[in-house]
Amino acid sequence: MAWVNAIIQGVLVGGLYALFACGLSLMFGVMKVVNLAHGDLAVVAGYIAIGVITVTHIPVLLSFVIVVPLMAVLGYVLQRTILQGALDRSVLATLMVTFGLSVVIENGLLQFFTANSRAIGTGLSLVSGSFSIGSQIQIGYLLVVVFAVAVIVLLGLQYFLSASRYGRLIRAVADDREAAQLAGADYRHVFGIAAAIAFGTVALGGIAYGMYSQLQPTTGTDTILLFAFAAVVIGGLGSLWGTLLGGVVLGVAQQIGAQISISDETLAGFIVFLAVLVLRPQGLISRGAPS
Amino acid sequence: MGRRVEIGATRERAAVKGAGEGGMGRRAGGGERPDSGTPLLEVHDLVVHHGQLRALDAISLRVFPGEVYAIIGANGAGKSTLLRTIAGLHSPTTGAVFFDGQDVTRVRPERRATRGIVMVPEGRRLFESLSVEENLKVGATYSRQGPWTIERVYEMFGWMRERRNQPTAQLSGGEQQTVAIGRALVANPRVLLLDELSLGLAPVVVQRIYGMLPQILATGLTVLLVEQDVSQALRVASHIHCLLEGRTTLVGTPAGISADQVEAAYFGLADTGPASPPGEGE
Repeated sequence: MAWVNAIIQGVLVGGLYALFACGLSLMFGVMKVVNLAHGDLAVVAGYIAIGVITVTHIPVLLSFVIVVPLMAVLGYVLQRTILQGALDRSVLATLMVTFGLSVVIENGLLQFFTANSRAIGTGLSLVSGSFSIGSQIQIGYLLVVVFAVAVIVLLGLQYFLSASRYGRLIRAVADDREAAQLAGADYRHVFGIAAAIAFGTVALGGIAYGMYSQLQPTTGTDTILLFAFAAVVIGGLGSLWGTLLGGVVLGVAQQIGAQISISDETLAGFIVFLAVLVLRPQGLISRGAPS
Repeated sequence: MGRRVEIGATRERAAVKGAGEGGMGRRAGGGERPDSGTPLLEVHDLVVHHGQLRALDAISLRVFPGEVYAIIGANGAGKSTLLRTIAGLHSPTTGAVFFDGQDVTRVRPERRATRGIVMVPEGRRLFESLSVEENLKVGATYSRQGPWTIERVYEMFGWMRERRNQPTAQLSGGEQQTVAIGRALVANPRVLLLDELSLGLAPVVVQRIYGMLPQILATGLTVLLVEQDVSQALRVASHIHCLLEGRTTLVGTPAGISADQVEAAYFGLADTGPASPPGEGE
């Protein structure tokens, strides 16, 4: 029964990892930017949420409504300025720039918020509460909600990409930037929209992580970015549902590892990650396109 | 580049020569150029570099409304570079591009498209993860006002409606080229730039695609096309402009130039006598 519990927990936490990963995958798929600051941006979103809640005393759920659009706007602006500037030089330059951004964000957070870890306290029974199935399986409401949110986000993203005007343009630009220009589309604007979506989704993940666990200035790279990369690689690059599958596989591997020995949690996840890299480098879902 | 032309020269020369004669026969007596009024598109003294290479050297041309202006030339002559510069995908070193009397030399390609300069790029360049209809929808996203709609494209090509939900990768080369043309048409261009429509297609398919041109022109479009297949270009064009290694070697109407002139201009042969002087004068 303990194993079943581990698997259920792993599946649920996979939803959180999918929130980390889908934006990373989208930005790589559309503009070939590997955003090394992706995880740090999630942490920034978490800290902003903490700040907003502390200052205004608004309910936690309302902080999502403020912080997620804020991060989306930040994503658009960063893409149109710094990231586009780097892209105009070379794809390699974007690696340097996002790495630099990551360093700046982490040190900025350390400077202003110290290295202490912070959690987003909610005061809601939603976060601490759980329900039990049998005697061994205990499922926290929070993870169930996060998983459901991840599925809804991915469904929404899929609908947006396949059915909306801008979604179609995003896919067109990802296929052939120049041909899209010839059709009158400003690819830089389309890139900005893709970045806004990526930042919005990872902000969601960052705040959720702050509620689920604790945030430190370095959480962005040592946890969120690594797990996002692992989920993307396991699931398959460029596949939206692959990020959920990858997140779930990673989560399950970690929970099973933790079941064996608590110190093996992270290790088990990365063993699966490496195994996929070696045995099936294209990922479990090879290339399903975003739709 | 010059050497490569010479290798296959004998066969290609025969083809060019024969094509010129065929075109002459069909065009005899017609083809007066409507060079009154203002040109819709004007290229002035264009110089374009690819790194160190001078790809285009002082190219000038004027395209008038309703014309089919064909740019011919061998591989590497700079035809595609010229078309891509007009579309805004290359920046010229010097020179200018005027569209409808306005200088668009520094205008971004997507803005040129919405103003009415729309190109069908070489190699079709369809969005491969999008269906046929989605490709057309992308083309229509920033469309100008005009006669062309997706519905109209479907009316012209019935098969496209039936296969609208298929990925474009499942289409044949000729079908893909037709979708690429449809994608450009739904933007309602004023001047349509066609880059090497015949590339990689069987002659019968090429004929069929060029057979659509009258219907397209009937809606009031102007066409500027690049074609390696000289006979095809001479058949459809009202005006011919030959490039050789980035320079203009011949300008004229299909009726007004001889097969020998085309051949000389195409291969840069000195022994067949001087070609007509470059430039716009006739």
